[in-house]
Amino acid sequence: MAAIDMKNIVKKYGDGFPAVNDVSIDVQDGEFMILVGPSGCGKSTLLRMIVGLEDITDGDMMIGDKRVNDLAPRDRNLAMVFQNYALYPHLTVYENIAFPLRLAKAPDSEVDEKVRAASATLELDEHLERKPGNLSGGQRQRVAMGRAIVRDADAFLFDEPLSNLDAKLRGQMRSEIARLQKRLGITTVYVTHDQTEAMTLGDRVAVLKRGVLQQLATPRELYENPGNLFVAGFIGSPPMNFLPATVEGTSVQLPFGSVEIPADKAAKVEGRGLLIAGVRPGDFEDAAVADKQGGSTFHATVDRVEWLGNEAYAYVPFEAPDEVRDQLTQLEKDLDGDSLRTQLVVGLDGSSRVAAGDEAEIWMNTDKLHLFDPATGENLTVDREHAGRLEERALTTV
Amino acid sequence: MKNKIGLPVGVLLILAWCLLPVAWIISLSFKSQTAITNGSPGFFPASGDGAGWQNYADVLANDQFRRAIINSIGISLIATTLSVLIATLAAYAIARLEFRGKKLVLTMALVIAMFPVVSLVGPLFDLWRAVGLYDTWPGLIIPYLSFTLPLAIWTLSAFFREIPWEMEQAAQVDGATSWQAFRRVIVPLAAPGVFTAAILTFFFAWNDFVFGISLTSTEAARPIPASLSFFVGSDPFNRPASLLAAGAVISTIPIVIIILLFQRKIVAGLTSGAVKG
Repeated sequence: MAAIDMKNIVKKYGDGFPAVNDVSIDVQDGEFMILVGPSGCGKSTLLRMIVGLEDITDGDMMIGDKRVNDLAPRDRNLAMVFQNYALYPHLTVYENIAFPLRLAKAPDSEVDEKVRAASATLELDEHLERKPGNLSGGQRQRVAMGRAIVRDADAFLFDEPLSNLDAKLRGQMRSEIARLQKRLGITTVYVTHDQTEAMTLGDRVAVLKRGVLQQLATPRELYENPGNLFVAGFIGSPPMNFLPATVEGTSVQLPFGSVEIPADKAAKVEGRGLLIAGVRPGDFEDAAVADKQGGSTFHATVDRVEWLGNEAYAYVPFEAPDEVRDQLTQLEKDLDGDSLRTQLVVGLDGSSRVAAGDEAEIWMNTDKLHLFDPATGENLTVDREHAGRLEERALTTV
Repeated sequence: MKNKIGLPVGVLLILAWCLLPVAWIISLSFKSQTAITNGSPGFFPASGDGAGWQNYADVLANDQFRRAIINSIGISLIATTLSVLIATLAAYAIARLEFRGKKLVLTMALVIAMFPVVSLVGPLFDLWRAVGLYDTWPGLIIPYLSFTLPLAIWTLSAFFREIPWEMEQAAQVDGATSWQAFRRVIVPLAAPGVFTAAILTFFFAWNDFVFGISLTSTEAARPIPASLSFFVGSDPFNRPASLLAAGAVISTIPIVIIILLFQRKIVAGLTSGAVKG
């Protein structure tokens, strides 16, 4: 068991493109660290540099107290679960799990004891003599994990381990991995592009974009205090709404009317002109069913309603000025999305009777409103005490 | 309905076409020499024409033929082993590494494979006599290698390319050296390709006649196909056709055994289950 300390890690490919650009992440001993970001953000490259499958162009990779930059993968004592499992098809499940032990020339009795223990943990006992080709996706996944836990590795590394499973199995395996990690108490680095996995599994989450670390914080901090537009848009589902906003005093002018914000927030953005306001869908409510205190209400014509039983989402289209629209289009691109028309997603209680075409009165929790600089994407209203580690550099490169 | 009848009929036709000469040689090998000289057109020996196993006994009793069998088996096996070994390593490098001139290596390999065998016989004859390889086992093994390696490399590199990189990387993370990853993970996965290459190489070496007859002069290295052509018997104007037939049948047996042995190993889809999808 060991901590993993990445210090100013850079990965440049042959063409000089920095796939990972000066990233520093300290993974504490026993911590579950998530690397998350859209495709091409360098998260897998970073993981492969930890394990030694990619060369490190610059920076220091420390595992425990040892600099491992120049060590071969086999000398780093890490266990990795690959995205496509990479099981050995010519070996039985038993031999697959035993493979690392066999390489270490462990005596047969020890191999047997450890493999049986791992298979019991992962409920693979009845499959030990089968070949991987005859297993289901979830079983293969568990074999891959068995191969990792059978060793006394210093850390586990997961490279999008759940992306090949169907949605239901993914949920099960997710809690399985969380349970296993807590029980073994082993340092874990987990790469995913799925923000749900990031939020539910991680002790801390590192959000990356185009090779640059954006924010390193706990899931709650990321959700409540995103450091910039990118993190705000990436974390949370459905994603945060972004609206053009101008602030005068403590009132914020939104496309649907103006709302009042707390004075301390207003002070941070005084005299800034046109801004982007960010509000999560959950921070809205149908004024008719809202029993919440504070906040503001406004009127808007609902275009469409998706009723899901316990909740509903109302969609309200709006027009954004060009300045804001460009920034939002770019943001969509960064998030791997298609730029759709600008619309507000409003989360409503399941008991709400708002229907498509209605002019509804909507309540908004203005305490949770964030205001972003449209030029840099920086969150001007961020609570720095509770935002984990913000990369100042990331703020200016949006 | 048409398909259901058409397929077996087609198969039977092709089988008959291919197997008729073989069947005829087998038939010949059981006839006595006099029956053939006198003309005995029937497929089965007429009464009194049958020779039983006598032809086989005679052939096997022939010292020249016994030496030829040993030469053929030895030379073919050594050539096959070396070819597969070298081709496996070369193909792995070609599949995994990016190096300058990779295309050139592959193209050259193909060109060599297409080179007409006969055109090399003259120069090789001179060269081998000069360096003392004439009429030796290595003198045949080397040309066999150069003609079978290209095909083996092409076959194997195709197999290696099919094997996901991750397999190897997983092995390395699990604590394997590059060599261990190659031997314990990659080679077993490429086994179908290895055996395909082995069969092709063995065929070439076993069936070769041109090199066999040109680069040898004694029993020291002469393989079966060449040896059979020297099988003239006592009367040079009356070649012992039935003995030759028996010799031909015997020389086919190792090929059949090899095929049966290796065929089991050529199981397609061995990699299924390695990775998802």
